[in-house]
Amino acid sequence: MSELFSSTLIEIAQSVQSQKRSAVEVTQATLERIAALNPEINAYLYVDREGALAAAARVDRTLRDNPTRALPLAGVPIGVKDNLCTRGVRTTCASRILEGYIPPYDAHVVEQLRAAGAVQLGKLNLDEFAMGSSNENSAFGVVRNPWDRERTPGGSSGGAAAATALALGFATLGSDTGGSVRQPASYCGVTAIKPTYGRVSRYGLIAFASSLDQVGPLTRNMRDGARLLSVIAGHDPRDATSAVVPVADYEAECGRDVRGLRVGVVKNITAGCEPAVVKAFQAAVEQLSKRLGCEIVEVELPHQRYALSVYYIVANAEASSNLARFDGMRYGLRVQGEELQNTYRKSRAAGFGAEVKRRIMLGTYVLSAGYYDALYLKAQKVRTLIRGDYTRAFSQCDVLLTPTAPSPAFRLGEIADPLAMYMQDIFTLPPSLAGIPAVSVPCGASPEGLPLGLQLCAPHFEEARLVRLGHAYESISGWKPLALQA
Amino acid sequence: MSSSRISIEDVKHVAKLAALKLSEAEEARMQAELNTILAHMDELNEVDVSAVTPTFHSVVAAGALRTDVVLPSLSREELLQAAPAQEAGGFAVPKVLDGDG
Repeated sequence: MSELFSSTLIEIAQSVQSQKRSAVEVTQATLERIAALNPEINAYLYVDREGALAAAARVDRTLRDNPTRALPLAGVPIGVKDNLCTRGVRTTCASRILEGYIPPYDAHVVEQLRAAGAVQLGKLNLDEFAMGSSNENSAFGVVRNPWDRERTPGGSSGGAAAATALALGFATLGSDTGGSVRQPASYCGVTAIKPTYGRVSRYGLIAFASSLDQVGPLTRNMRDGARLLSVIAGHDPRDATSAVVPVADYEAECGRDVRGLRVGVVKNITAGCEPAVVKAFQAAVEQLSKRLGCEIVEVELPHQRYALSVYYIVANAEASSNLARFDGMRYGLRVQGEELQNTYRKSRAAGFGAEVKRRIMLGTYVLSAGYYDALYLKAQKVRTLIRGDYTRAFSQCDVLLTPTAPSPAFRLGEIADPLAMYMQDIFTLPPSLAGIPAVSVPCGASPEGLPLGLQLCAPHFEEARLVRLGHAYESISGWKPLALQA
Repeated sequence: MSSSRISIEDVKHVAKLAALKLSEAEEARMQAELNTILAHMDELNEVDVSAVTPTFHSVVAAGALRTDVVLPSLSREELLQAAPAQEAGGFAVPKVLDGDG
């Protein structure tokens, strides 16, 4: 059976489309694998066994009745992060405040997956409301890194990354606000794409920071990621920030030559990273230049060092506004108080975890009278400078290269200080603030055998460039994915 | 301007704005944590932003407007399904007292 799980998403889709395999057979095998392996990892909060088998049967029926009906994700079992609304299937954001909540509608990306023939497996664990970098902030238990069960898978899409690495599904959808698909992908040795802001509809993605959130695919290789991105990208009138920009043929970029592509590197970018990260990054630069013929260009991003402060002001301000809706009135947990205000306060106190409360407090503070100008407005101005750095850099290079994370996966419980935890996102935050697309691809391992990631960034709506270079790099990197047992 | 000196009174005030009921222990912990985080953010004072406009939208989407016609939405029944309490086809909520609750 491990031969099935070593298959790529595209291979599965092709075999179901051509009716060589049935969707039910693939789904059944995947569900069995999840039942066996998920209890230790806790990647899935909920597995919709009945729904998945019914959806698979529908796909088989559709193809039997009309074999020429093209389904790009025919019969592919996929899990989605539990901050994506799934109609009739509980959606919690890993929070007690939404325990038992069942959305009456599907997120846009969930609809797109279904229309492409994918089979919805269930909901993946995350840091509560996508706030975190380790999946330790979930109200329903931590997720364990499949490479070392005493370590975190990263966050906030920890469940998605762990599930993808372990082939508990052939791909997953996560969400990324400051690095939440890229950093866990780096820790779990898988590939992730954070699209340009506005590339993928946020309709049905339970909001954390509205000017930063994006849904992104996590896959075991770049070509699979390209296909999944094609399925979920595109204009959706229900999301007012959804871009009206044509979706490129991302898959066609795989295999295209990258000779002469200008790759920008910031001097001393790896200062402060663990030695293994420095080594792997240098090796990657060598490979891009010597084996792929890329031109390495030194660039500057002078305001990048302020990204952490800017992000934690802006994102938390937006979060404090977005999470105001969880008040015990229309959905979710209600803890009855004597009257209205007290009911709000008690419900929210009981429902939110410590990190969420911390961020709401910070966000409320920076927006409050007397502090708005000095903190929030100032941060948004520095954001302009950060974005300007990228515009300048991209006049000198085509793709920017950084490590994805300053270290490999850390141990569960190792990082207690909030600020130290925020530092894990040091490379992923600036692209989010600028709204530019970024991917993480595996680029080696630490001496302990823990995966390391390489981040590629491109100008707005140039995901095609990232797929092209990511695929080319993947084909020569020598990276070995997690060995799968039967 | 140093924004890094938050008092317990400030914490209580912000908690009220955020509709969060915090215990005394939580208030103390929050004060310490917020002060540490905000002290780090003082680094933004190094940056000259006198000639800079803020970025509220990193990418501005075109086509956000549509014709003003009624389109199908979710039904009342679907939307009330998740309600903690309902009454007469609406959300039943606790009474509002005069003044501060």
